[in-house]
Amino acid sequence: MSHETALHGQLPLTHGQTHLTGAEIIMRCLAEEKVEFVFGYPGGAVLNIYDEIFKQDKFKHVLVRHEQAAVHAADAYSRSSQKIGVCLVTSGPGVTNAVTGIATAYMDSIPMIIISGQVPTHAIGQDAFQECDTVGITRPCVKHNFLVKDVKDLALTMKKAFFIASTGRPGPVLVDIPKDVTANKCAFDYPKEISMRSYNPSGKGHSGQIKKAVQLLLEAKKPMIYAGGGVVLNDASAQLTKLVRMLGSPCTNTLMGLGGFPASDPQFVGMLGMHGTYEANMAMQDCDVLLAVGARFDDRVIGNPGHFFRDGRKIIHIDIDPSSISKRVKVDVPIVGYVRDVLSEMINLIEASDKKPDATALKGWWTTIKEWQSKKCLAFKPTVGDGRIKPQAVVQALWNVTGGDAIITSDVGQHQMWAAQYYPFDKPRRWINSGGLGTMGVGIPYAMGAQLANPDATVACITGEGSVQMCIQELSTCKQYHIPMKIINLNNRSLGMVRQWQEFFYGNRYAESYMDALPDFVKLAEAYGHIGMKIEKAGDVEGALKEAMKLKDRLVFMDFITDETENVFPMIPGGKGLSEMILAEEL
Amino acid sequence: MRHILSILLENEPGALARVVGLFAARAYNIDSLSVATTEDTTMSRMTIVTHGSDDIIEQITKQLNKLIEVVKVVDLTDGYHIERELMLVKVRAAGKDRDEMKRLSDIFRGRILDVTDKSYTIELTGDSDKLDAFIAAIEPGTILETVRTGASGIGRGERILKI
Repeated sequence: MSHETALHGQLPLTHGQTHLTGAEIIMRCLAEEKVEFVFGYPGGAVLNIYDEIFKQDKFKHVLVRHEQAAVHAADAYSRSSQKIGVCLVTSGPGVTNAVTGIATAYMDSIPMIIISGQVPTHAIGQDAFQECDTVGITRPCVKHNFLVKDVKDLALTMKKAFFIASTGRPGPVLVDIPKDVTANKCAFDYPKEISMRSYNPSGKGHSGQIKKAVQLLLEAKKPMIYAGGGVVLNDASAQLTKLVRMLGSPCTNTLMGLGGFPASDPQFVGMLGMHGTYEANMAMQDCDVLLAVGARFDDRVIGNPGHFFRDGRKIIHIDIDPSSISKRVKVDVPIVGYVRDVLSEMINLIEASDKKPDATALKGWWTTIKEWQSKKCLAFKPTVGDGRIKPQAVVQALWNVTGGDAIITSDVGQHQMWAAQYYPFDKPRRWINSGGLGTMGVGIPYAMGAQLANPDATVACITGEGSVQMCIQELSTCKQYHIPMKIINLNNRSLGMVRQWQEFFYGNRYAESYMDALPDFVKLAEAYGHIGMKIEKAGDVEGALKEAMKLKDRLVFMDFITDETENVFPMIPGGKGLSEMILAEEL
Repeated sequence: MRHILSILLENEPGALARVVGLFAARAYNIDSLSVATTEDTTMSRMTIVTHGSDDIIEQITKQLNKLIEVVKVVDLTDGYHIERELMLVKVRAAGKDRDEMKRLSDIFRGRILDVTDKSYTIELTGDSDKLDAFIAAIEPGTILETVRTGASGIGRGERILKI
């Protein structure tokens, strides 16, 4: 018996209490956690659980067409709401199919529960049918995982799983449950509270460090605020926005942080990084005090850390995960804590302080930034005459048609970068993409999860003809559950980002980056019971989008035949520094 | 630089795999690792000897602390500490070498645990340097077999690692 079971242990039956099976206990735990949806796929090892799902009405089960999509959908359900996505897969191939989804969620710190079936305890290690070492396979890509060998530990383990997934730096937690455990019975007792001696995420930042940070920011001549996915995950947008406005500094968001600070705010200088704006990257490089909030200085964000280093620049870093601090970049003021709490404390300190930001210095700083902005790094040549549709223009038209208020999911590649660049987000949890792992195929299942979490929202999936085919089978799930997403397929007949690198760095040798024998996407959409549209002329883009948006209760697959020669700019070549961008005008 | 990390962790299946997997996945070094349960059987104590720059050691410590089953991590090399490792070594001990081997073992405070006509099995305890020194002192050709436990470490004086 572990330490925690000793504290909260399964109590002996009291009068009137009945024993429940493991499968019934799982239903009760999910009900206690107020789970609305379980994304899953049945199989031998989870049949007892599915039998209980059949009998209950507390949550809705969404039957996907491939386990990978179950995980992605649960992941997007989390990303687009403040709730925790749950998915359920069977043993063996069910789990191995789920691994891509789990690793995707892990890289982006998404709270999620994966329940997996396992062969009966007596068969574990016997190379049984559909057996795999689930805990072993998933160990490196989960925040934590459990194998429940005794039904008496089941309720407590479920409680721990939800607790671990949602606190500290969030992440996916997997609970592996052998089939006999789902049939065995014991008394049910779901602890209200839980404490674990080995897991105690610290929430409050060190007040001395916070004071130091505020002092540095108020004395800064060229302050810069760089905010990442941590702001979105911790629901700290309001605090971030307030602080940035108080300081009068420029603010940039990472790919994961888009929407964390309103893009329409004049202090927003755009996304930074490999395909970030000229002004954001230059300001990162040139500032004298940098405040990093819930971000991790990764390779796609700051490029080469050696080049990023600047003598005299002070860096303040707020993150809930101490291991994210001073990992790639040395910082001067580390603050470990929930970003929302730390930002609130900073705001209080500034409000109470006599000191104000240096207005003269800020004026000069903004003059420099405006010069950088005047380069108009996101400008692209519009279509001339009967030329092909510009993919960037499709994204801009989508923004116009949706009033900038849609939830946008994307897959991975050029279209993802164009979505991030040309669909500015004013609110968090509107931009759902695989930033860390870069998983192609997430687009449609992400839109499913986001739509179910936000039934009234307009959900559009910006994708490409490469990525979309990686989870295309989910069009069937969308039909079954009436998910009226709009799929914006930027079809350039090639794996655009691969082709872009081959063009720049591999002497135009386009090895396997073309897409031959593409399906007729219109017919494909129709075969699945949806509406398909093919748009080939630049002049038809906005009209087609409007028409599709009018079809509120239908999924519309919009196949935009785009200019295959378009590339994503600005671009920092791999291994180069932030100020070594290639701009479109320079080519 | 060489560091000795002491780790207190939940005595649960898979906890060791998580620690070892972390080192493998992030390309950290393990020079030695020893682990056993403590007086409280719900808890294990592990000693890992590793090496790396200060930045790497800082990351190792932080990453270990992130593992859900890890309760505490201490870098013993930050302060005064005691380190011991046990080695069993089977050496050729025949003819004129036999007396010499016994003398050498005595110098290193070894204990001969088993004897045959041609060999000694010697037990040696000490810090890892001492065991290395013994290996270096004897003729390589006379070593038949060695087995080492890896270092165990504990802080000196009042310094304790406990929850």
